[in-house]
Amino acid sequence: MRALREVPGRLDVERVRKDFPILRQEVHGNPLVYLDSAATSQKPRAVIEAVSRYYEQDNANVHRGVHLLSERATQAYEAAREKVQRFVNAAHAHEIVFVRGTTEAINLVAQTYGRTRVRSGDEIVITVMEHHSNIVPWQMLCEEKGAVLRVAPMDDTGTLLVDELERLIGSRTRLLALGHVSNALGTIHPVRRIVEMAHRKNVPVLLDGAQAVPHLAVDVQALGCDFYAFSGHKLFGPSGIGVLYGRSELLEEMPPWQGGGDMISSVTFEKTTYNKLPYKFEAGTPDIAGAIGLGAAIDYVRGVGVDAIAAHEHDLLTYATEALREISGLRLIGTAKEKASVLSFLLGDVHPHDIGTVLDREGIAIRTGHHCAQPLMRRLGVAATARASLALYNRREDVDALVAGLHKVREVFA
Amino acid sequence: MKSELRDLYQEVVIDHSKNPRNFRKPEGANRSAEGINPLCGDEITVHLKLAGDVIQDIGFQGAGCAISKASASMMTAALKNKTKAEAESLFERVHSMLTEGPKSSVNPEELGKLAALSGVWEFPVRVKCASLAWHTLRSALAGSGAPVSTE
Repeated sequence: MRALREVPGRLDVERVRKDFPILRQEVHGNPLVYLDSAATSQKPRAVIEAVSRYYEQDNANVHRGVHLLSERATQAYEAAREKVQRFVNAAHAHEIVFVRGTTEAINLVAQTYGRTRVRSGDEIVITVMEHHSNIVPWQMLCEEKGAVLRVAPMDDTGTLLVDELERLIGSRTRLLALGHVSNALGTIHPVRRIVEMAHRKNVPVLLDGAQAVPHLAVDVQALGCDFYAFSGHKLFGPSGIGVLYGRSELLEEMPPWQGGGDMISSVTFEKTTYNKLPYKFEAGTPDIAGAIGLGAAIDYVRGVGVDAIAAHEHDLLTYATEALREISGLRLIGTAKEKASVLSFLLGDVHPHDIGTVLDREGIAIRTGHHCAQPLMRRLGVAATARASLALYNRREDVDALVAGLHKVREVFA
Repeated sequence: MKSELRDLYQEVVIDHSKNPRNFRKPEGANRSAEGINPLCGDEITVHLKLAGDVIQDIGFQGAGCAISKASASMMTAALKNKTKAEAESLFERVHSMLTEGPKSSVNPEELGKLAALSGVWEFPVRVKCASLAWHTLRSALAGSGAPVSTE
């Protein structure tokens, strides 16, 4: 078994698969082929065990008790924060705020940074490819403040038109918020260049990294972004935990969001002094087990190797793209040059839901629908797409199963 | 093909989804309602030409999966020249077949072509697809004008 990882830096997919207990099952009498990791990823045993070990051995509230368990829980929770800090190369651990997920991270920024900085007539710039979670919080803010939401366009391949984006950023722009990787199309945006461009105009940038962290090495200092948000559950960690990275200076200036325990230094009925970073933004008992599980997920990803994962997925994406292109009547949606391992497609005039149902009976799990990106679907002129998304535990056989399944779909709707 | 799939995608269903009947806004339509399935973004509008209590004409427009389109198509074919009460009664029986399957007191055979939807109950996430048109019909009959959502 140990000899399996022979080539250094190369991902041994069969060995990786053994780490994911859920993959060893049948669905409708067929081996499970899980191609929906962009919706949520599966969890390695190391994560599942870290969560149960915490509940079995260390469970206590954090930052409060004088007793040993509380000390252990606090230590493990803060250790998870440091793992996240190193994972995204933040300058300080206190720049890492634990939240429920990407959605909550973006809402936090909209409700604190946004509400104090945005005034009537100001503008927030996003792109046409955003997930609803990076549209609606800004719409709500704009509605409250009388501000304007501007939307940067893309071309027909799903490539962001960066020049057009640049033109939208003006003197009234208070924030640029965009995905690092498009969830529906897989497009990887040139975010480093975009951040530089926005900063030249003194506009801060929030990156939604939900779809990026499972696939690419992320270095928030190299990217230069002001905020970076992602979810644990797409990174092989538990659901219910996520991360907001924010530059210290900005987080310091921002008012707290939710009030409650843990976010205070002292409370009297006359006045409350807020806690320091990051606790100012972590009111109430946090998802301690989730944070620990996320820490374990990060350990796991680093153990396999971020670069090895990226290389494996790139190889798989190339293989899958070629295989799908050979299916007659199949149209890939999203063919940007720089892509993560997401394949959105249409098959003839078969509705994606029908594709999904037939594939499910073959044991193949894909996502069908609008991918929480209805404005993007409208831009593409489609109601929905089918989406297969690949992760580190997928192999060429999974792609072959998908292709065979799609031929079954064609038979049913011939 | 697997038997449950054959139950779901019966020939009649495929035929109605590919060649939907009454896929139009009938002339003189005086009632309409919009239905959406937020889960998938499917949208449908059901149009009625009501004369007193009688559905003189009925049609639908929109985009959807094979199940939702076929269900809408078969619904329009079944309801032409039926009274509001008859339409309500058919709604109840179809709904029971879709949600309760073999436990339903409704014998699919008495529903004519609509019996082709009797396999849908085996696919719980698809029940909403099949019932969207029917809920929208109800809204059009009630004349409330409020869009219907499956959620």
